[in-house]
Amino acid sequence: MNTKINFAGIEMKNPVTVASGTFGYGREYAEFFDLSKLGGIITKGTSLKPRSGNKPPRVCETASGMLNSIGLQNPGVEYFAQNDLPFLKKFDTAIIVNACGSSIEEYVELCKILNTLDIAGVELNLSCPNVKAGCMAFGNTYEGVKQVTSEVRKVLDKPLIVKLTPNVTNIAEIAKAVEDAGADGVSLINTLLGMKIDIDKKRPVLANNTGGLSGPAIKPVAVRMVYQVAQAVNIPVLGMGGIVNGDDAIEFMLAGAKAISIGAGNFIDPFTSVNTVEGIEKYMKKHEIEDINDIIGKVEMN
Amino acid sequence: MPKKELAKLIKKEQLKPDIFKFSLLAPQIAKSAKAGNFVEIRVSDQVEPFLRRPISIYNIENDIIEIIFQVKGKGTEILSKKEEGNEIDILGPLGYGTFKYEGCENLAIIGGGIGVFPLYELAKSAKGKNIKTYLGYRSKDFVLLEKEFEEVSNELTITTDDGTYGKKGFAIDYLKQEIEGIDKIFACGPLPMLKAVQKLALEKNIPCQISLEEKMACGMGVCLGCAVKKVGKEEYLHVCKAGPVFDAKEVEI
Repeated sequence: MNTKINFAGIEMKNPVTVASGTFGYGREYAEFFDLSKLGGIITKGTSLKPRSGNKPPRVCETASGMLNSIGLQNPGVEYFAQNDLPFLKKFDTAIIVNACGSSIEEYVELCKILNTLDIAGVELNLSCPNVKAGCMAFGNTYEGVKQVTSEVRKVLDKPLIVKLTPNVTNIAEIAKAVEDAGADGVSLINTLLGMKIDIDKKRPVLANNTGGLSGPAIKPVAVRMVYQVAQAVNIPVLGMGGIVNGDDAIEFMLAGAKAISIGAGNFIDPFTSVNTVEGIEKYMKKHEIEDINDIIGKVEMN
Repeated sequence: MPKKELAKLIKKEQLKPDIFKFSLLAPQIAKSAKAGNFVEIRVSDQVEPFLRRPISIYNIENDIIEIIFQVKGKGTEILSKKEEGNEIDILGPLGYGTFKYEGCENLAIIGGGIGVFPLYELAKSAKGKNIKTYLGYRSKDFVLLEKEFEEVSNELTITTDDGTYGKKGFAIDYLKQEIEGIDKIFACGPLPMLKAVQKLALEKNIPCQISLEEKMACGMGVCLGCAVKKVGKEEYLHVCKAGPVFDAKEVEI
């Protein structure tokens, strides 16, 4: 049975990765299981300089999911390179850095540094809904995505994946921009912009008023968008949004995802990602699938 | 180091109409748990409700940890329906910020309402020290654990806001009167109480630890949700990892 995939030039032992912002830099989960069991780890969104993040409350639970507005709190790329990357390199898994910035110049500077590090690739964050500048501000138009991705492409030789926001009218068009700019892969979906109101206080629960919705609540939206994007582009799709087990992962792969990420699912159980690896293998055995690559995009539409 | 454990509910008690005490057989967690730690409980094996519920540890006894919780929403409602013999999925012990009393002789422990629970293990584990405990409740009907705290304190003061039980007023009013000679203050309770304790400790220059709560997801320092601001800096610590117990000088509340 083969679970190996090659995603955008990155060799992975299985299609299961963990989504940015839901796995930190791996240390906490390494206390529970061997990170080498994962196909890849996508790091916490990392910026050129440290970011302190948003005011609390930053998270709240919603129906079958949660809202977050962390605001990209991270120690900056320099700290990451010195402290977190050496730790992550101890594991036999693909390390992909999620890169975020407030301006094109910042994305470019950051990716110049990332290009020098011993990492498997970069996931360009054009989709965080919780910061005032950058990210989703670039990510919601064809031109914005194409411009940032093109500039980064010029300085980055490593595999480049662009993470998309679902908060757009036509996700396939945005994915085309990624492909047209010369990126190697596309990942989706980031969180859906949402809001929860405390009816006693008559105020939003989150200090930032709005936040990104994640968890099983958004899975059908994610599956639909992965399908649409996989139909529209020739570069591989990294699918995510509410995956909590092997069956969910298979659903995304049938829709066209070559690899998948576990996001908020990591929060409900530290073992969700490794259990998903096992769940995929179980499905393959049950359906006598020799190679995981054989199911990618194999949904038959009605 | 936190562990995930399927803990058997070996004893369930209802302390008040909406407050339950669970004794859970969780040897791995009990082995390394310290006063001030909490656990994250998955109340359902489905995805609704989605997140685990953070609940402080009330007591650690050999292989058993005890928690006391109030039914506040759907998560704690489901948890309160668990029966003796059921297995409950818990993560713990969580939080690297725990109560520290080494080198202190005269401890003041102050708690309010449902914030008194994590203070019991502190008082119990600090046995041999001179412990003055002040517990504040809204009214007579809300008073609980008096006998338990009496056993682990040298002096216990119970207050109610309306004077229907114990002394009338806030617990901190009585702590203030007896503050001389106190080496360290430990507090857990509603935010206004913690702010008052923090202010008192800073004014009197007495070391003080406060146990905080904030809306939380992962409970392990990954999601960075449960942020609390550092004093004088645009930097955040996290209740689940640096806390839940903080030095009162360290955080803005």
